[in-house]
Amino acid sequence: MPKPASPRTPYDGVVIAAPVTIPYERYSIESAHWWIARALRALAETSGISARDFDGFCLSSFTVGPDTAIGLTQHLGLSVRWLDHIPLGGASAIAALRRAARAVQARDCDVVACVGGDTNHVDSFRRTLENFSRFSQDAVYPYGAGGANASFALIARHYMNRFGVRREDLGRIAVAQRANALRNPNALMKTPLTLEQYMAARPIADPIHLYDCVMPCAGAEAFLVMREETAASAGIKGARILGSIERHNARLDDVVQNHGGWVADIDDLYAMAGVGPDRMDFVQTYDDYPVIVMMQLEDLGFCRKGEGAAFVQQHDLTIDGTFPHNTSGGQLSAGQAGAAGAYLGVTEAVRQVLGTAGPTQVPGARVGLASGFGMINYDRGLSSGAVILAGES
Amino acid sequence: MVEPLQKPARRTPLQRTRRQALPPVIRSRSGMLLTKAAAEGRFALQRCRDCGTFCYPAHDACPVCLSVELALEDAPTGGLVVSETTVRVPADVYFKERAPWRVALVKLDCGPVVLAHLHAGCGEGDRVTMSLQLDKAGLAAAFARPANIPPDAADDPQWREMTASPKFRRALVTDGRTAVGRATAAALAAAGATVHVGIAEPWKPFDGEALPQSCEIVPLDVTDERSVRDLAADIGGKVDILVNTAEYARPGGLLDRRGTGTIRSEIEHNYLGLVHLAQTFGPAMRGRGADGIDSAAAWVNLFSVYALANWPAYGTFSAVEAACLSLSHCLRAEMRPGGIRVINFFTGPLDTEWFQTVPPPKVAPQTLAKAIVSALDRGIEDVFVGDVAEDVRRRLQANPKALEHELARQGNGQAGQ
Repeated sequence: MPKPASPRTPYDGVVIAAPVTIPYERYSIESAHWWIARALRALAETSGISARDFDGFCLSSFTVGPDTAIGLTQHLGLSVRWLDHIPLGGASAIAALRRAARAVQARDCDVVACVGGDTNHVDSFRRTLENFSRFSQDAVYPYGAGGANASFALIARHYMNRFGVRREDLGRIAVAQRANALRNPNALMKTPLTLEQYMAARPIADPIHLYDCVMPCAGAEAFLVMREETAASAGIKGARILGSIERHNARLDDVVQNHGGWVADIDDLYAMAGVGPDRMDFVQTYDDYPVIVMMQLEDLGFCRKGEGAAFVQQHDLTIDGTFPHNTSGGQLSAGQAGAAGAYLGVTEAVRQVLGTAGPTQVPGARVGLASGFGMINYDRGLSSGAVILAGES
Repeated sequence: MVEPLQKPARRTPLQRTRRQALPPVIRSRSGMLLTKAAAEGRFALQRCRDCGTFCYPAHDACPVCLSVELALEDAPTGGLVVSETTVRVPADVYFKERAPWRVALVKLDCGPVVLAHLHAGCGEGDRVTMSLQLDKAGLAAAFARPANIPPDAADDPQWREMTASPKFRRALVTDGRTAVGRATAAALAAAGATVHVGIAEPWKPFDGEALPQSCEIVPLDVTDERSVRDLAADIGGKVDILVNTAEYARPGGLLDRRGTGTIRSEIEHNYLGLVHLAQTFGPAMRGRGADGIDSAAAWVNLFSVYALANWPAYGTFSAVEAACLSLSHCLRAEMRPGGIRVINFFTGPLDTEWFQTVPPPKVAPQTLAKAIVSALDRGIEDVFVGDVAEDVRRRLQANPKALEHELARQGNGQAGQ
């Protein structure tokens, strides 16, 4: 698949290392700060680099308020010369690694700790919904208070009608992810899921049924971004970034969202990476709902628009299948720990290309893609991103 | 399709009356522009003065040209349902109690895509007519109804949440001796309500023939605290709609009158009458806002439009009406937690004995009565009835100082004024 050359500066000499996951809990009485602290400590332990030597910090969290990244520097004893707080929901991890990569590449700093973490109190989910965005307060939440389930139901119904997608097709995605999750000791879902169970699940907001929904939980995911020589001197391995994109509020003429912003930049992603979608050994999509996974498979170029259903029928999406996808079980089966949900696919992708994914490892994986999607500000997800990672050259 | 409403069964006294939960209340200040439109029953959206783009949700700047000149403007009501869902597991108590709840994305003919409450008579692919309703919290809510509104449309449970339809409800009309009171009682009965009509000083002759047979006459003198309390003790727990038709209007201002007798009577009938009714019937109504199909729903005040701008020919009356209007905003705020709508009518001079010498146009009692039922059916909150009321509203909006002079020059039609 020939590609036009990308005019963008490559991420040469930059790696993502020390992917960490703080195992999720359905409900937690601890604060987001507590989960983020544990992630930072795990980064230090995994990398052998002291947290005192993290000179960059990038945070995403829905429940850390009233604090942002700056408050946590003092709370957690970080002294950094590069700081970012990314409120992009499911697109946060891609945005974080892109920004951190340029910062270390330009030597504005040496080691950036990127963390996505949230707590989940009994009432936090409703509070997050209630305060999500100005448009949401004015024009979404007062309309049935269905939250993301209702917003994605409207998108899903329109998409399914438009392209003749059946619930069974979306079910294949959820069922394969559950099979993957059974190999991930950290996944919250521990029992198998059959297509029959998926189809028989109770409706939440038609056509969204129970197994289309993620389970909100507490947890954290994190990684370090640094230059290759920093990683080498610490004696750790990292994944290289072959290409990346992000897009916010893409100018699409969809009346109801049929595309994510990826379509605006997808050629650039593969041109920069110098490899096409056919070369991916695995794909980690952002799976807040299976319908968004299907949309991503199309928009990221694995099949044409409208062919998502046929694609999932023709492929086995499990770890050992023909198209290994969301190998950790994804948010649908591992759980959605707030902003950590954005990081889940990236940390898993880094492990896969480094060959350290353990029970969920795709044999021989060298190159893979992770994507992010987020922020239903009103009627559609505004942010999208994707990254192609490779193991050591 | 819409399930026709069934007449509610008698209540079980053993069951706790459901407390009113309110739908979410946080709105931006720009968002409140839509509430202003909804209160008047208009479908209006923000429109950019520079490029003409209709904006929704409420914006502070135009997303096309970044102009900050966004004005509320009446918008075409047509649209197409492009997707819909039925929310079965809402995150909020109000909707959880009322689930399943249908909402839809509607592509408006004028541009924006609006997330709207969806009437049972329409669905995906259908043409709809949009309106802005007031929800139980008194805030604007976009509502999509079938383009051709079917019979029984008002029985849709989601629509009924946004309105105060008299059907199957029990109403109290506080004064049957006024022409407006009699017309209102008849109109409410015709709209399906059970009506109680208050009569003060029952020993005075009263022509009960003028009322429909279904109306029940009850003793009520709004100026007498004890009389109001006695009636509330009797029927206060089953008044769903209260229409205060008691009125006492006399011509006259300050300098050409001696003493305060008439002024005291105006205060007693209008201001203290409202106070007595509110203190006795208000709390019971507020506690019954979510009490099933025949829940308490609305409190209706009938004001002179001169509550907004003093007409010296009826100068002291205008002042008392202004006081009543102010009090109604207090009442509205206190009733809101119970989901009870306080509807204020502003009328020009009525075609009744105490405005006898005022030249036309005047408001016929039947016109006002019809407007009351219509406002209850539509669930609106601020209603101007008649040409004079509309004229005063527009003049006041355009130039209050000019209106002050105009009203000063305008006599009541009587010689010597």
